[in-house]
Amino acid sequence: MTPSTQADVSAEIAALRGTRPGLAHPDRAYAPYRSSALRHPRKPLVVVRDPEAVELSGPVFGTTDVTELDTDLTRQHTGEPLGERMTVTGRVLDRDGRPVRGQLVEIWQANAAGRYAHQRDGHPAPLDPNFTGVGRCRTDDDGRYAFTTIKPGPYPWRNHTNAWRPAHIHFSLFGRAFTQRLVTQMYFPGDPLFPYDPILQAVTDDAARDRLVAAYDHDLSVPEWSLGYRWDIVLDGPAATWIEEGR
Amino acid sequence: MGTLPPTPSQTVGPFYGYALPFPGGEELAPAGHPGTITVRGTVYDGAGAPVPDALVEVWQAGPDGSLAGAPGSLRRDPVTGAVAGRHGIDFTGFARSATDAAGHWFVRTLPPAPHRSGAVPHLAVCVFARGLLHHLYTRIHLPEHATALSTDPLFAALPPNRRATLVAAEERPGTYRFDIHLQAGASEETVFLAFP
Ligand SMILES: [Fe+2]
Repeated sequence: MTPSTQADVSAEIAALRGTRPGLAHPDRAYAPYRSSALRHPRKPLVVVRDPEAVELSGPVFGTTDVTELDTDLTRQHTGEPLGERMTVTGRVLDRDGRPVRGQLVEIWQANAAGRYAHQRDGHPAPLDPNFTGVGRCRTDDDGRYAFTTIKPGPYPWRNHTNAWRPAHIHFSLFGRAFTQRLVTQMYFPGDPLFPYDPILQAVTDDAARDRLVAAYDHDLSVPEWSLGYRWDIVLDGPAATWIEEGR
Repeated sequence: MGTLPPTPSQTVGPFYGYALPFPGGEELAPAGHPGTITVRGTVYDGAGAPVPDALVEVWQAGPDGSLAGAPGSLRRDPVTGAVAGRHGIDFTGFARSATDAAGHWFVRTLPPAPHRSGAVPHLAVCVFARGLLHHLYTRIHLPEHATALSTDPLFAALPPNRRATLVAAEERPGTYRFDIHLQAGASEETVFLAFP
């Protein structure tokens, strides 16, 4: 099959934009993201309304599950990685606005040149011997997480001809309940690649899509050291009410 | 309730493999525990091809029925940062298995007990994959609970031809198969769940 052009994909994106108003999560069948075609269920999901469901509780993590060094992606090797040093911080909340405390946040990202330290990344951009791009931390009592890293570069992929991903950091989050599990991507403000990217545009509600973009926060920037970005995360899904706060 | 709009999901993509899987992620049961069972399977796409870049997570009650879990699934050495692994004393209830090149995943665990009397125990499953924009939940029931399961309201409400997708098959004593069909025809597609 001949690969689609950006014009083809952009036309499909435009046709679906604004559909699913008010819905945050992408349609798993979103066709402009070609890999979704054979990987989404055709049948509707079965809705579970059992207030005692096992899924209303979830895994817990503790001080032994992360180390100090895991939050600083610039200090995992003997030298400093290349790129714009940055900090990214924010709060993890449930949909009632309560902080998600003591839970695991995992991130992974490309290096400043847009290359992952992953064997299957064939992008001919340089690897950085001083950057792996993996971090994790546990949220504090306010639900706050914080990482020091470098700004990832955009990278090409094979969804269609001349497809480029906007710069992003992958995030994996746990809530108090397994139902609140979230894997997502954080983007950087003002990236010119936004309109061309079928993964970001799979969120067809404009306001919801904007929530994937971090804010540059000058007060978080450290003089002569790093630039600061703020990104708050709200986990969807119910949790059991009988689980103690701050467990 | 539900006052804040949620952060949208995005696909896990193809490159989580050096970030999310961790050594011993599949080994939920303490090493050498005589009650250990293996649950394994293949993740398939809509063409019936194995999915080599999926991630399967399991959350379950312990053998005592507790849903409290325990920290330490990813226990690390604070000196070297290396993964020290579960210490095997507490049952963390959480496992993570990335599919291999043949789309195969597995967990070695202890059978969950009911979290309350009358509950049908199961392994809660969350599936991520490249190409999947939003994770999917399903449940693994062991065949020995099939009779109790038939009275479970969720299970009873399903068309009979779809119920089997939620029950693991015993391959040999202690080893169960649970394939996950992200997309398939009338009866093969796995039943996936939503928690509103
Ligand atoms: Fe990526």
